[in-house]
Amino acid sequence: MTFSQSWSGSNLKVFKPLPSRPAPRQTAGLIGWLRTNLFNGWFNSVLTVMALGLLWQIVPPFLSWAIFDAVWTGGSNACPPGYEGACWAFIFNKFRVLMVGLYPSDHLLRPILAGIIFITLAAVTVFRLLEPKKLIALWFLLPLPVYWLIAGGFGLTGVDQSLWGGLMLSLGLATIGVLMSLPLGILLALGRQSNFAIIKSISIGIIEPVRGVPLITILFMASVMMPLFLPAGLNINNLLRVQIGIIIFSAAYMAEVVRGGLQAISLGQYDAAKSIGLNYWKATALIVLPQALRHVIPSLIGRCIALFKDTTLVIIVGLLDFLGMVKASAQDPEWLGHDAEAYVFCAFVFWVICFCMSRYGRSLERKKEEK
Amino acid sequence: MMVSKDIMIQMIDVNKWYGNFHVLKEINLAVHKGECIVICGPSGSGKSTLIRCINHLEYHQEGQIIVDGTKLTKNLKNIEKIRSEVGMVFQSFNLFPHLTILQNLTFAPIWVRRLPRAEAEKIAIKHLKRVQILEQADKFPGQLSGGQQQRVAIARALCMNPKVILFDEPTSALDPEMVKEVLDVMVELANEGITMVCVTHEMGFAKTVANRIIFMDGGEIVEENEPNDFFNNPRWDRTQLFLSQIL
Repeated sequence: MTFSQSWSGSNLKVFKPLPSRPAPRQTAGLIGWLRTNLFNGWFNSVLTVMALGLLWQIVPPFLSWAIFDAVWTGGSNACPPGYEGACWAFIFNKFRVLMVGLYPSDHLLRPILAGIIFITLAAVTVFRLLEPKKLIALWFLLPLPVYWLIAGGFGLTGVDQSLWGGLMLSLGLATIGVLMSLPLGILLALGRQSNFAIIKSISIGIIEPVRGVPLITILFMASVMMPLFLPAGLNINNLLRVQIGIIIFSAAYMAEVVRGGLQAISLGQYDAAKSIGLNYWKATALIVLPQALRHVIPSLIGRCIALFKDTTLVIIVGLLDFLGMVKASAQDPEWLGHDAEAYVFCAFVFWVICFCMSRYGRSLERKKEEK
Repeated sequence: MMVSKDIMIQMIDVNKWYGNFHVLKEINLAVHKGECIVICGPSGSGKSTLIRCINHLEYHQEGQIIVDGTKLTKNLKNIEKIRSEVGMVFQSFNLFPHLTILQNLTFAPIWVRRLPRAEAEKIAIKHLKRVQILEQADKFPGQLSGGQQQRVAIARALCMNPKVILFDEPTSALDPEMVKEVLDVMVELANEGITMVCVTHEMGFAKTVANRIIFMDGGEIVEENEPNDFFNNPRWDRTQLFLSQIL
């Protein structure tokens, strides 16, 4: 080869790389950690002391209210008015309505079974017990049998949807909302980038108006106005209309998140996909989207959490979701004065679910970073 | 002009504009089977655009491009067919970062040629061996050096058993020490008689393996010459100026 060159010099020195040394230890032990993190200069020290004082004011009273002085069992007379501790007996007493609303008690087994299916699927997802393709298939297939289990039909006694409520309703609206709005959002995002003017304008025409309107407005329109536009005889029940409203609202936001991911894909990837002879759909589904979606996992999880919390707005159109049931329970004349317990429990349940989603999202990101 | 059945790529009076900018002017070029063509020229002279027209990553407004007897039109099926027969290696590698090296290689044979996975993997392993990178098969592109990535990109093109491979400045993004490992692979391919069109500034490569060198400036082909004459007796002053600046 002509690429190499030869030198005639004779006194060549031999290069030997220096051995690598371990990095020096910065600080040692608890004291070192405290010094660098909490007492780093007088200003930080003052802040630390003030924060500790504040925590001392808040945490012990809360703990004694929530745990040490709390009443855990008994009926409505177990916690007399003016009692200092939390009355968790109230939550246990109302547990059924909080979970499933007014669902008839003789058929309680059905929502319990549905709940078990849901929790199992969630656990299988979080602990990655199945490969992604099967997981996605299960998430899209299982809602149908679960719906059938709760709604009835095919031999099961029908349960009217006005009786559904509680956490079951919230989770149902959020799960179906995410499952339907993500694919729809992806299609809208792709449509917005399309070269076809009609597809592009339809996508923008859906995304922008929906994003420009509060969810409450969409829920009202779904609940009150949609029946006016439907042809006579076609009667979609209120719950389904609200669900459609939530899906469209969420899809518009998902579309913008996905579009952000699409913009992060370099043109070279499109070139490479095209140059091996892939058509548009294969290139999009197999090359572009897998990368684009990975870029936006944090925002997508953020949208899922927001969607779950947004379902509490359905109370406005007369559906009694989890928060609705919490509110209704707190107004039960037999259990007056337990709003604090009701809302603390409500906040705790929302936090647990959202925190799980957020942790799961984080683990997905880490998996991506490993590559 | 030679008999047309030997011609792999023919460009006749090709013109292209980006907006109002006339980027390719009256391009006439024939690449014969088994030939290795090197295209060089200053940046902005239209070299990359020219080879990107060959597999229709860019479209030309005027003239004809015929690849292996098929005329390039706007017909998508036609374009996809030609692209599957024409390999391309890019300056920035453009491996698929979410797939392993092996998956990068088997991807097109499986999804475009519809080969069974086992067969595609057999082909992939053969070409990974050839570019001496077999031990990296299960890694992801981000874990490889630039030179290794570019060799993978060449192997990816080879897996489709292409009739011609287009190289778009394959060594320009590489560290100097990695250029040679990529050039060695390219030299080997040229010696095996694979039809190649290379946009490159590697004049050593052009001197030793090119059958013809094409010099472009301002969107035109200025000079088309045998390597020896190109470097020693260029016909045009513009070529001479270019050579005096890079050699």
